[in-house]
Order: sequence, then structure tokens, then C-alpha cells
Amino acid sequence: MVVSPSTMAAVRKSGAIPNAEFLLTAEDVRKEFPGVVALDDVSFRLKRGTVHALMGENGAGKSTLMKVLAGIYQPDKGTVRLRGAEIRLRSPLDALENGIAMIHQELNLMAYMTVAENIWIRREPLNRFGLIDHGEMYRRTEELFGRLNIQIDPEARVGDLSVANRQMVEIAKAVSYESDVLIMDEPTSALTEREVDHLFQIIRDLRTQGIGIVYITHKMNELFEIADEFSVFRDGRYIGTHASTEVTRDDIIRMMVGREITQMFPKEDVPIGDTVLSVKNLNLKGVFHDVSFDVRAGEILGVAGLVGSGRSNVAETLFGVTSATSGTIEIDGQAVVIDSPTTAIRHRMAFLTEDRKDTGCLLILDVLENMQIAVLQDKFVSKGFVQEAELSGVCEDMCRKLRIKTPSLAERVENLSGGNQQKVLIGRWMLTDPRILILDEPTRGIDVGAKAEIHRLVCEMARKGVAVIMISSEMPEVLGMSDRIMVMHEGRVTGFLDRAEATQVKVMDLASR
Amino acid sequence: MTTDAAAKGSLKATPARRRNRRMPPEANIFLVLIGIALIYEILGWLLIGQSFLFNQQRLTIMILQVSVIGIISVGVTQVIITGGIDLSSGSVVGLTAMLSASFAQASTWPRALYPSLTDMPFFVPIGVGILAGMLAGYINGQLIAKTKIPPFIATLGMMVTARGLSKWYTKGQPVSGLSDSFTFIGTGIWPVVVFLAVALIFHVALRYTRYGKFTYAIGANTQAARVSGINVEAHLIKVYAIAGMLAGLAGVVTAARAQTAQAGMGVMYELDAIAAAVIGGTSLSGGAGRITGTVIGTVILGVMTSGFTFLRVDAYYQEIVKGMIIVAAVVADVYRQKKRAKA
Repeated sequence: MVVSPSTMAAVRKSGAIPNAEFLLTAEDVRKEFPGVVALDDVSFRLKRGTVHALMGENGAGKSTLMKVLAGIYQPDKGTVRLRGAEIRLRSPLDALENGIAMIHQELNLMAYMTVAENIWIRREPLNRFGLIDHGEMYRRTEELFGRLNIQIDPEARVGDLSVANRQMVEIAKAVSYESDVLIMDEPTSALTEREVDHLFQIIRDLRTQGIGIVYITHKMNELFEIADEFSVFRDGRYIGTHASTEVTRDDIIRMMVGREITQMFPKEDVPIGDTVLSVKNLNLKGVFHDVSFDVRAGEILGVAGLVGSGRSNVAETLFGVTSATSGTIEIDGQAVVIDSPTTAIRHRMAFLTEDRKDTGCLLILDVLENMQIAVLQDKFVSKGFVQEAELSGVCEDMCRKLRIKTPSLAERVENLSGGNQQKVLIGRWMLTDPRILILDEPTRGIDVGAKAEIHRLVCEMARKGVAVIMISSEMPEVLGMSDRIMVMHEGRVTGFLDRAEATQVKVMDLASR
Repeated sequence: MTTDAAAKGSLKATPARRRNRRMPPEANIFLVLIGIALIYEILGWLLIGQSFLFNQQRLTIMILQVSVIGIISVGVTQVIITGGIDLSSGSVVGLTAMLSASFAQASTWPRALYPSLTDMPFFVPIGVGILAGMLAGYINGQLIAKTKIPPFIATLGMMVTARGLSKWYTKGQPVSGLSDSFTFIGTGIWPVVVFLAVALIFHVALRYTRYGKFTYAIGANTQAARVSGINVEAHLIKVYAIAGMLAGLAGVVTAARAQTAQAGMGVMYELDAIAAAVIGGTSLSGGAGRITGTVIGTVILGVMTSGFTFLRVDAYYQEIVKGMIIVAAVVADVYRQKKRAKA
């Protein structure tokens, strides 16, 4: 018998909840999109009071499964059971009312509304005139925040909050629904270590209250730190479920990729040449101060630091997206003025930005249009006309070289997976044949396989004598890839570490100094 | 994540889906055009016993009527592709019609505005109109690029200002007595030729030149375009100046066709032009749209008006239905995008 969502919601409200071992189960769930099987008869079980991690490369089907469980997609086949009773969720609202809340990777908050308004939207407390009782709303928010140990002003506008705090608001909102099941889609991708610790504390508290948490992540350490169980998916198929205590990191990687990844960070020793870029006392008022460093040909300079340490701002300033207040930039010993990305490109610089969607991809345009856009500044154009035939040949070669998975150059970039989108953007810059390559979080939110390939590409660029600046929040990446590491804290450079001496502890020490 | 699913899908996309992709997006709009024409044809036979389509005179008048809107629409399409909007084109038509007409008066006309500047060669008034339109567009572009005010507001300001200027220019008096060498461009099939030539030029520009690639890139993601080295401000100024220039050209054609110019010319043309672009598949969120679609959209508007007249439908009803069709076109576009996002 299928219980209607509204009946189930009513049962839940009355407190007479059947006590099942599994909070949420999915059996033989199938979901097809035109031309693709996103979920191929997948099963999943969530025990009460546990954190269940979902692992898999991008495109493995974990997000699709979560969207089925959260009522965003309806499965073509298969059953979803909530506490043992079969249920059909027709919308996210259905799911919410049945105690299933999802925290999306892209935060879904309204920037111009206050924290409290965002949390209680659709459930605003009313006063006796039927108008919104803001005082009561703020009081409830404070109570909720107190419970979660979050320190955010309920009256602040969400748009003014940091990404980490917005994440906390999202979590508080999900908790405010008194949900039994919380689905978190890569919640730590934009958080610093300290914030991650805080989040994990919240998750542990929720777990002891009997809430089941589904946790999608790409980060292996998180799995061991927080998850009780994990399930692995690959190419839309369910591979297996294990307790996280009974496996090793390598086991999981093997399950995820179906092959062994021997070299995660293949930075090879290449001859390091002359100084290409030299930055002296660069300042951006109120953001960063007295930043000085050199990068040499063939060298990878890692930039570590917490979110908000000014790393990305330095990159943007170098590339002319924002202008520096003072300081000098020298290329090959010549002082240059970089007032716009156009000038930066003319000096053969390239900049892979932090946010693939906001500042990288032209999502609704195709692969070719995305790849060619930077190189068109000064190549493949004759009397204003784009030399399309020649250019598409070059782009096709690039796709092959970067192993971009796309049916053709005419595929819209929004239809590619995150890893492939990132490769298209790397292709965009490789076409310009840069001498200085700035990478800001080059592997954020992409799967293990694509990550390794991007590392390989970066190394190859270094081998060709490109000077690379790589900003990354992932410690193993910084430690594994960099020849030297520059650490920043609150807008200042706190130190440099050579590859040989750098350890996680030393970097963290400098980053929090 | 949708991208997750689609990424895998892209590897094994069925042949049917690929073929579908190759079909130009204009095909749908073209079918709509054929559909509307056929409905009129059938209603024509049923209600008044006449053929709608097989009447060359009617088709000629129809296409002549829409060419002015079409010329404007080619510019407006480009503006919309960048993610902007141009509300000023109708007023710019009025202003440039007045300006160009004032330099096109014949010496035989007793009340010429500039008695010493009569019987000018045809390229002078035409050039004046086009340049004035370009200047108006350039100002729009400057405002939008430099002050960062929304295109809606900037061009709304220009819309009101240009209309005011065209009234102030002759204190509301019409400009008549235009020389034959000038009115020539408004006679016979010339407006249509101008429209199609303009459409062809900018179709090529959008598809095969760097100008076009940059236009789409800015509309798809302004910030990404900037980081890719595109001088977004300079490019926007160019696009708005071109849109203004085409509105100026439309003003010239309007004056030449009417053999006179009045300050009230071109009222609401901007909305028809936007409607033509949107019906033709240009997305108001930017990054997508084609001139071929806009041309078909323009013809659809023409067929609709002409068909109503043919069926002797009251002008009131015409506007009511036109409004609904424009909304329906946008609804269809949103629906299409949703379907695509899900696929």
C-alpha cells in the first residue's frame, strides 16, 4: 500500500510514528533522462542515528538519488520507504513535511532577506492581526542557533554573510523543520577547517538525537571522520555499502573508480628556470597588504590559507579584475601595469577562477564557444572573421588531449559534469599558450579521476616552462603539487615553505597565525 | 545534480537526440508561422470566401509594413543577446525621421526648415539619420557601461528624451516636401531590401565574427567574459550604438516611405521590435538568439496584423490578441528552457 505524503505527514505530526530500523530506504530505484540512465536499479538504506556518506565520481548518480529522496525527481521505477511505509514524494515540499530536508550544494537562500526570514519562510509566526511577528521570529531563530551553537545575527541580511555562515543558516533551516532525515550535498566545499569542525560537531549532535544524515562528499578524510557507513555508486549503479571502520582509503577509491589510482599528485621534478613573475608590495586597501613573491618558469607556487585570507583577491588583482591600490608587478624583470584581464592576457597570463559557474563557464553556450573565447582576443581572427574551421580543429585536438567527455563541440557546457566543465576552462587557457598560469581551486567539487587528470595537465604545463600559481584549500593537493608554498592569513603573507620542509602542521600553523 | 546525469548521457546520446540538436531552433518558429498563415487561409475561405496567402498585393503590403520593425529588431536582438534591452528605438525612429527629413527637403517646397540646405544629395539626409541614431545608441551604451545603471532605465531615459527632442526640433510641426531622391528609399520594395540586407549583414556578424562571439559570451556570463579578456564595457557600447544606428536607419526609411516626418512617428515600435525578437527565440536572459529567428518573428507579427485586417477583425481585438501571443511566445521559451535543463 502506498501512503500518501499528506497522510504520512499527519501521522508524523500526531507523534504515532512507526518505529522502523531504517528511516529511509530506496529499493531498485531507476531514473532515466533522455538518452541516459542516471540511476540503474539502485538501493539505499539509512539507519536512524547514523551518518551515511555517499561516494562516487561526478556522474555516478549520487546527487540524482538524493534528489529522488528529496522529492525533486520522481523515480521511473522502484520504491521509497519512509520508516517502512512506501511513500511517493511529489515535490520538495512533500519531502520537507515528511521530515526529509535537503541542503543543496548551491545554497538556496534569498540574499536580500534577513537570516530569520530565510529560515522561517512560509512558516512565519503571526501576531493576532495576522501580520508577521518579527520579534517572535528573531526569538525563535536565536533559540535555534543556541541549540546548534551558531553565532549569527538573525537580523543580518543573508547577502552580507560569508559563504560559511550561509551554509550554517541552511543547516539551521533544515533542522528547524524538525527533520528526521537531513541530506547534505558536499556541505564543506566552501568551508575552512575550523568551520568544518563546527559543522561536524553539529552533525554529531544531530546524530545522537536519532536523526539520520545522508552526506555526499568527495573528501576521503571526512568520510573517516564523520561517517558511520558509506555507499559507493559508479555510473548510475550501486556498488556497495560498508561501515567506514572496515575499509581503507584505497579500498574506497578502488570501488569508486573501478581501477587503482596509483599517483594522486604526480608533481614531477622539472628544471626550474628564471623568474617570470615578480610581485612587490602589492596592496589592495582593506583586503590584502604587502604581498611580495616571485614565481619562476616551471615552478608551481602553491598558495595556502583559510577562506577569507585574501588568496583569491591577490589572484584577481594580478589578473587585472580588480586594480591594486599600490605595489608593482614585474614580468621578466620589466614593470608592467595590468589594469584589465585584456592586458593580463596580452602579457600571456591565464586565470582559472574559483567559481566555475559564476566566473568561468558560459553555461548556455557550447564547448567550442566556451573554449575559444579567450584565444579570440588575438588569434584565429582575420579581418574580424573567426577562422572557424581551423579553430574547431584545434579545439577538437584540445578536447582529445584533455580527455573531455562530450559528444561533440556543439554540446552545451551546462550538460557536462563538473570535472569536464573544468577541463573545458583549462582548455580555454591552454589555447592562449600562457607563460603565467593562475589556478584558483582548480579541483574543487570534481571527482577523483578528473582531479588526477587536472593535476597531470598542470604538471605538463610546468614542464613546458609555465610559471604556475595554484591556490587551493585542499591540503594534500597543495603539499603534493607545489614546489613552494606561500601561506596567507588575513590579507598578509605569513611565510613560504619549500616542498621538502612543508607539512600539514607547518602550513596550518602559518595559516592561522 | 542534472549535470551529473547529463554528463553520462552525453556519452551515449542516441542518434535521434543528436539529429534533434542539428535542427536549427528556427524550425519551430517557422512552423508556427506556417500554422498561423494556414489558420488565416482556412478562416478566409470559411468566413469571407477569399484566399489569404494567394494574394500578392496583400503579402507585399504586409512585408512592407514590417520591414521598419524588422530593421529595428535586428539591432534590438543583439542588445537582448547581451542580456540588455533597448526601449528607446521607437523614439529614436521619431527623432531620426525628423532630422533626416529636415535635410531632405526640396527647393520647390516653400517652407523648408533650412532654406539654404535644400536639394541635398540623398546620402546627406540618410547619413544624418543614421549618425543621429548611432549617437543616441552610443549614449545609451556609455550610460550602461560606465554608470552601471540597468539598460532598462538608461534606454527608458533615452526613450523619453528622444521623443521630447523630436517634438522640440520643429516645435511639433511636421517636416514635408521631401525630395524624390530621398523618398526613393521608401518606395517600392526598397524597405524590404534594406531590411533583408541589414538582417544578412548582422546574421553573418553574429555567427562568423569575433564581434558576434563576444556578444553571445557577454550575455551568457558577463563576469566570465570579462575574465576571458573581453572588454565588456567597450563591447556593450558598440552593441548599443549599432542598435541605435539601425533605429536611425529605420527612421530614415519611415520618413521616406511617408514622404513626410512627424514627431509622433515610431511610437511603440520598440515593443514590436522586442516582441519580434522574443517570438523569434531570443532569450531575454541573454546569451541566446539568432537573426534568422528575429526575421521570422517579424514576419509573424506582420502576418498576424495583416490577417486580422483581412478577416476584418476590429483593431481593438488585434491588440488584445497580439499581446497574448507575445506572452505565449515567452511562456513557450521558458518552457523550452526548463525542458532542456531537465534533459
